[in-house]
Amino acid sequence: MYDAIIIGGGVVGCAIARELSRYQLSVCLLERSEDVCTGTSKANSAIVHAGFDAHPGSQKARFNVEGSEMMEDLCRQLEVPYRRCGSLVVCFDPADHEQLQQLLERGLENGVQGLELLHGAVLHAMEPALAPEAAGALYAPTGAIVCPFTLTYALMENAKANGAEFRFDTEVRSLRRKDGGFQVETSAGILESRTVINAAGVWADVFHNQLSDYPIHITPRRGEYCLLDRKDGTLVSHTIFQLPGPMGKGVLVTPTVHGNLLIGPTAQDQPERDSAPTTAAGLAYAVDTARRSVPDLPMRDVITSFAGLRAHIDSGAEDFIVDETAPGFFEAAGIESPGLTSAPAIGRYLAAAVARHLQASEKESFQPCRSGIPVLHQLPLEQRQALMAADPAYGQIICRCEQISEGEILEAIRRGARSLDGVKRRVRAGMGRCQGGFCAPRVMEILARELGQEQTQLTKGGGQGRLLTGKTKEVQA
Amino acid sequence: MMRQVQLAVIGGGPAGLAAAIAARESGVEDILIIERDKELGGILNQCIHAGFGLHTFGEELTGPEYARRFIDRVEELHIPCQTDTMVLDLSPDRVLTVTSRARGLEQIQAGAVILAMGCRERPRGALNIPGTRPAGIWSAGTAQRLVNMEGLMPGKEVVILGSGDIGLIMARRMTLEGAHVRAVAEVLPYSGGLKRNIVQCLEDFDIPLLLSHTVVDIHGRERLEGVTLAQVDDQRRPIPGTEQYIPCDTLLLSVGLLPENELSAAAGVTLSGVTGGAVVDETLSTDHEGIFACGNVLHVHDLVDFVSQEAALAGRSAARYLQQGRHTGSAIRLEGKNGVRYTVPALLTGQSEEPVTVRFRVAQPYRSAAICVYADGTLLRRIPKRILAPGEMEQVTLRPQELPEGTQTVTFCIEEGTK
Repeated sequence: MYDAIIIGGGVVGCAIARELSRYQLSVCLLERSEDVCTGTSKANSAIVHAGFDAHPGSQKARFNVEGSEMMEDLCRQLEVPYRRCGSLVVCFDPADHEQLQQLLERGLENGVQGLELLHGAVLHAMEPALAPEAAGALYAPTGAIVCPFTLTYALMENAKANGAEFRFDTEVRSLRRKDGGFQVETSAGILESRTVINAAGVWADVFHNQLSDYPIHITPRRGEYCLLDRKDGTLVSHTIFQLPGPMGKGVLVTPTVHGNLLIGPTAQDQPERDSAPTTAAGLAYAVDTARRSVPDLPMRDVITSFAGLRAHIDSGAEDFIVDETAPGFFEAAGIESPGLTSAPAIGRYLAAAVARHLQASEKESFQPCRSGIPVLHQLPLEQRQALMAADPAYGQIICRCEQISEGEILEAIRRGARSLDGVKRRVRAGMGRCQGGFCAPRVMEILARELGQEQTQLTKGGGQGRLLTGKTKEVQA
Repeated sequence: MMRQVQLAVIGGGPAGLAAAIAARESGVEDILIIERDKELGGILNQCIHAGFGLHTFGEELTGPEYARRFIDRVEELHIPCQTDTMVLDLSPDRVLTVTSRARGLEQIQAGAVILAMGCRERPRGALNIPGTRPAGIWSAGTAQRLVNMEGLMPGKEVVILGSGDIGLIMARRMTLEGAHVRAVAEVLPYSGGLKRNIVQCLEDFDIPLLLSHTVVDIHGRERLEGVTLAQVDDQRRPIPGTEQYIPCDTLLLSVGLLPENELSAAAGVTLSGVTGGAVVDETLSTDHEGIFACGNVLHVHDLVDFVSQEAALAGRSAARYLQQGRHTGSAIRLEGKNGVRYTVPALLTGQSEEPVTVRFRVAQPYRSAAICVYADGTLLRRIPKRILAPGEMEQVTLRPQELPEGTQTVTFCIEEGTK
């Protein structure tokens, strides 16, 4: 019997786990995939929103602003790449200044600090790559960028270090009340817990509807992106939005914390929850729209495109559900944008609610900090030499494009990477301009050796996604 | 005290090996070849098919055999090599920052540098092919490494996108290993590969080559389940209604090679927007003092024989630079026009009386056309060609003596028809 079971290992589930691990509680997170950060958390804009978009008084507004305020310190504690680059919402028609003004007022009401309206020359001096047509912008200095992968892994690692348990390849099938607690039926057996926290992303409605009086339905809203080479990461220095529309905050152009340039997302509802394909029309729309903001996008430098799913609740309320929706049953449902930004605040709020419900007190031993995997190419020469002296594997470069060493890859595996994608998201091997063309066979060799598996057993990202079909001369067998 | 070498050769593939040998034979004593892989030979090590060396040795060798001849010579000449060593940075004043398991991180000051890093394959993302991102999608060269060097099979039912030489070679290789290659799709109305490879790798195995076709969708969640192919129009846009679904577990991409010039850029070398490689003169010197370039990092070649020839010139030139210093003087510009995409070299500095081999590619296929060379508008040469194709690199030998006094620009172009 656990005190708390969390369903879902996205950034929200992991934030809840980490915050719950502050308390004297037995906590277990269940994840259907082989790793955390395999759903919405792995494919999004990687933005820390300032908080002027959401309607005042909504949960989105509250958790966005709180999360944005928490993020910098959290990233420092957990050694997560974070950069406060500031954001601009640009309009192209002087007639739209009205809308910028409304956004500004909404931001002020939500408590966003430092907002400013910029016009003409000031705007273009600040962001020279903007289209000449850009007439004005709302500037939010607290807008930031973050690494969503590292944030999720760091939250998990810190939660684990403070006693939380994580179970992978464990899909929750049903929730039932039993003896004042819950019986959780999973693909890996039955578990029991005094409380359950639903952080199941695009699947959250399934669990909500098993325990709640009022049904909800989530329709995944796909967002497609293009990622450009690192040499283009300095093309813009802020996150550049256009005026928001009914489907969301529109297509942005932003640097990433790793120095790439990211454009997207589109917004297209789809019934499938398991798959987020990119489409020719979607990518073309993202590029065309992004070019309104930044006309000189070097699209020949695209290194990959991808899509993610937002967990959009159909009710029309356009808000998160973050609450104890039934006794002992807590939820973070409908966590679409600004979900990444809000995750730390949602985690803190729900953990406190669970602790109150269970009358748990905080541990004295809670350790809030986590050491990151050394990022070799960012370290000064002497520090790199010291690392290599301690472990020569740091001298061996495996991923050429991102200059990732074997030492970093080994550390990723020690911290739980079991697949090519698990390594890639932890240490960026294969995330560069050749997209794993050179390093994939080397990483596979290392994974097989470290996991004690045959290379033919390895997957791209868990499940049935085997990378190879066998050895040569075996095909006909 | 920083480690010093006279000549650092970055890359131990065919270009680096030939460059180092020529530099040593031209009198450079202190050379270091730096190779990032486990062994010398570069991409040749995974090219186990025959067909290498016809021009150089008059016989058909496999890739490893061809490489072996150069590696043997490097060993005979006792040229030092560091394998498993990656150059992380090259500064404008030729300081290399290198790292290896054996020696850790170190900096090396080089008197001269030869860039011989080769090229990489364009990934799926560069084409922005829509669809899912399952396992089973590889660039053809990566698959070649898996099959030929690791003994691993990427899949059983294969579609290949792109008819570049590696794609064609892998169509045959996968077939010989027991896989079923369902089709090779090529977005252009002609193949970018060598004619002999189309015959020997596709036609001999009844593998269909679908010209003017591309992959417009990729299916499968965890492992690839199929691709949608469609015909494209002359703007390379898919034609609605021509889509066909082909079940497969593997998609190999052979959609172009890109010279790998991140180090060159870091050093401040000027790169060509067409080739992606350095802008060089007839000695293969870049515009940066003491830095030379050769092989696929300069421009992508079809035949390794020409890489070796070109690299030997870079080696001799680096030797001359180390012995005599930098040549200064005015230069004649070489340019490609009307169907000639670029020329290597792009400058003639008159440093030598030796004939200059000018290499280039054409922009489209031609029948019964001529390569014409003009010096400031005066026709110098007219070389009739029955067939010209982008997949086959062309070369013209230019004797500096044949250029009129005061020539400023030499123009290479294609003229159609048989005048």
